[in-house]
Amino acid sequence: MLKNIFGIAGTALNAQTIRMNTTASNLANAGSVAPTEDEAFRAKRPIFRALVDQADLNAGFSKLGGVKVKEIIDSTEPVRQVHDPGNPEADEDGFVYLSNVNEVTEMVEMVAASRSFQNNVEVVTTAKQLMMRTLEIIKA
Amino acid sequence: MKLLENPFGIHEKAVSLRNERMELISANIANADTPHFRAKDLDFQKILSGLNPSPMASTNFRHFETGEPEGANGLVFRTPYSSSVDGNTVEINVEQAAYGEAAVQYQATLQFLESRISSIRKSLRGE
Repeated sequence: MLKNIFGIAGTALNAQTIRMNTTASNLANAGSVAPTEDEAFRAKRPIFRALVDQADLNAGFSKLGGVKVKEIIDSTEPVRQVHDPGNPEADEDGFVYLSNVNEVTEMVEMVAASRSFQNNVEVVTTAKQLMMRTLEIIKA
Repeated sequence: MKLLENPFGIHEKAVSLRNERMELISANIANADTPHFRAKDLDFQKILSGLNPSPMASTNFRHFETGEPEGANGLVFRTPYSSSVDGNTVEINVEQAAYGEAAVQYQATLQFLESRISSIRKSLRGE
């Protein structure tokens, strides 16, 4: 049924929104500092997974073929260490640990997520038009 | 009474197939960023002509299956023009074009159905 297309595109819209949210969070925390390397903020990345079997689905109508966020992982890029003794967060040697967020990568992620979102909106628009057209068949 | 025996002909089957194809392509577009996702499509020619290459006859249970696996129903993996590092074979522009094509084909089938319905209605009214 055409209505499955709404479900499939809906899962994609949701996944891309999560991707955009992680990007927003990464950018917001790009300047965060921490007193130790372990506590430093690490960029988050959602990992997508296709909905291929019944076990992937929540109760409700079928969205097989859609996509979901499997997990959100931390980036493994090295954390930047900066000498800033005046900072109240600094450790005994005067070092603070910045996040490992790369702003340029985040901007690219943001644009990519936004484009994918738009693609799926277009899918929904076309499916909606066709559904309306199908309903009009009774007027023929 | 031939008119009402099989009023919609091939279009009845075609409309559901067109629908299925649009669903597959929308799944491809939804998974444009999923690692290791392989884009799928329907082979219309194969389904509509009912040509399913019959598997070779096996006379022993240890014989390997040949030909198209049962239940494939004309489902084919798309061959990408260029491969990507994450193993995803969705090429968004190809999918967009295919989706547009499928939408137009769906509308064409609807048009055929509509004209069939209106001609039946006209003949029933005796116009």
